[in-house]
Amino acid sequence: MSVRHAILALLSEGPKYGLQLRQEFEARTGEVWPLNVGQVYATLQRLERDGLVESADDHDRARDGIQKGYRITEPGHRELLDWLNNPLDDAQPPRDELLIKVLVAVEVPGVEVHDVIQVHRRHLVETMQRYTSLKADAAEDDVALALVVDAELFRIEGAVRWLDTAEVRLRRHQLRIPPVVAEPDADKPSVPALRRRRGARL
Amino acid sequence: MSAVLEMHAVSKVYGDGPAAVHALRDVDLAVEPGELVAVMGPSGSGKSSMLTIAGTLEEATAGTVLVGGSDVGRMSARDRAKLRRRSIGFVFQDFNLLAGLTAAENVAMPLELDGMRARDARKLALDALERLGAATRSEHFPDDLSGGERQRVAIARAVVGERTLLLADEPTGALDSVNSESVMRLLRNACGRGAAGVVVTHEANLASWADRIVFLRDGQLVDQTSTPPGPEALLTSGSA
Repeated sequence: MSVRHAILALLSEGPKYGLQLRQEFEARTGEVWPLNVGQVYATLQRLERDGLVESADDHDRARDGIQKGYRITEPGHRELLDWLNNPLDDAQPPRDELLIKVLVAVEVPGVEVHDVIQVHRRHLVETMQRYTSLKADAAEDDVALALVVDAELFRIEGAVRWLDTAEVRLRRHQLRIPPVVAEPDADKPSVPALRRRRGARL
Repeated sequence: MSAVLEMHAVSKVYGDGPAAVHALRDVDLAVEPGELVAVMGPSGSGKSSMLTIAGTLEEATAGTVLVGGSDVGRMSARDRAKLRRRSIGFVFQDFNLLAGLTAAENVAMPLELDGMRARDARKLALDALERLGAATRSEHFPDDLSGGERQRVAIARAVVGERTLLLADEPTGALDSVNSESVMRLLRNACGRGAAGVVVTHEANLASWADRIVFLRDGQLVDQTSTPPGPEALLTSGSA
């Protein structure tokens, strides 16, 4: 969640104060992501340092202790549009801890991989239940809340579907991970087994 | 509060000898009034068998099934049919509405089959359609309704009258996400009015509308969710 870009988006509508930014941010994200005012001001300071926002008040108001207002700059607008129009950089997907746990569970003696899968599935589904109850308790036409909750639900559901698929695959076929340690054979390359199996692509 | 549906050590075997298929093994489940339970599991895990046995459409090979406190295994076929007409509502994946009847007539049908006067049945049917937001469609035939509207009518038929047990097998069928959500919301609301519900689905997103989710694997109930903490826990625990 990019607080930085969310603040730029809110300022693109016109100058705003820090407290106002916090309230609008929470309202528009269905209050799912709480934001403290310190985070807002720290982000604003960085944005100001980078020339993406500037103080909107005259000096007298600031000196009188009235809240400081901010407005977006031209480079700030460009940055916002750039962010909105560019997909996430998925060239290097993060290592997925769940994937690693399942891969590792297959190999650990005394551990049943299907039980490991179920523990994670239950946890994810319970989390989904909590998100869904936010929707269930809200009015059906609370679109902002529904959009935010849907985004979380589909993300988590993706992990559940991966677990479901992993379970069926592992029941159908034994996962065979060749030993990573090189054989005592000088002619064999000592690359890890999984990489070796992928062969020419690496 | 006593459970509307109780399954004790229920097993179901299809065929015999080496070809026997154990669809359910020693399943225990109790569903209270007002509770919606989702059954999740991969294909062939026994989800649908569990539902047809709970709905008295099939008999268990072993174990007992109680609906409203009565042992359905000890009932005559005639009494079981009466129980289905009066107390149990079914929602199927493909809606199963009768094409030659209007929405209101489809909803009134189980009541009329049970001997209720047509005028009274129609009044209850219109009430049910109203609750499901389909009142304006009462005189339309199923072919003139959208998928979402048909499923509303099917749910109205499942909840009409004094039904206490609501059983749904993949009730969202081929509906899109938003219409599927409406279906789950309606089922949840129906249970909120006091019915006990069991919904079979392989989609976590839909199952998450239930109060409790049980997981089937190879015909056995292997796990279930615990009562989830309120949504406020999401705000303090950071990301999921």
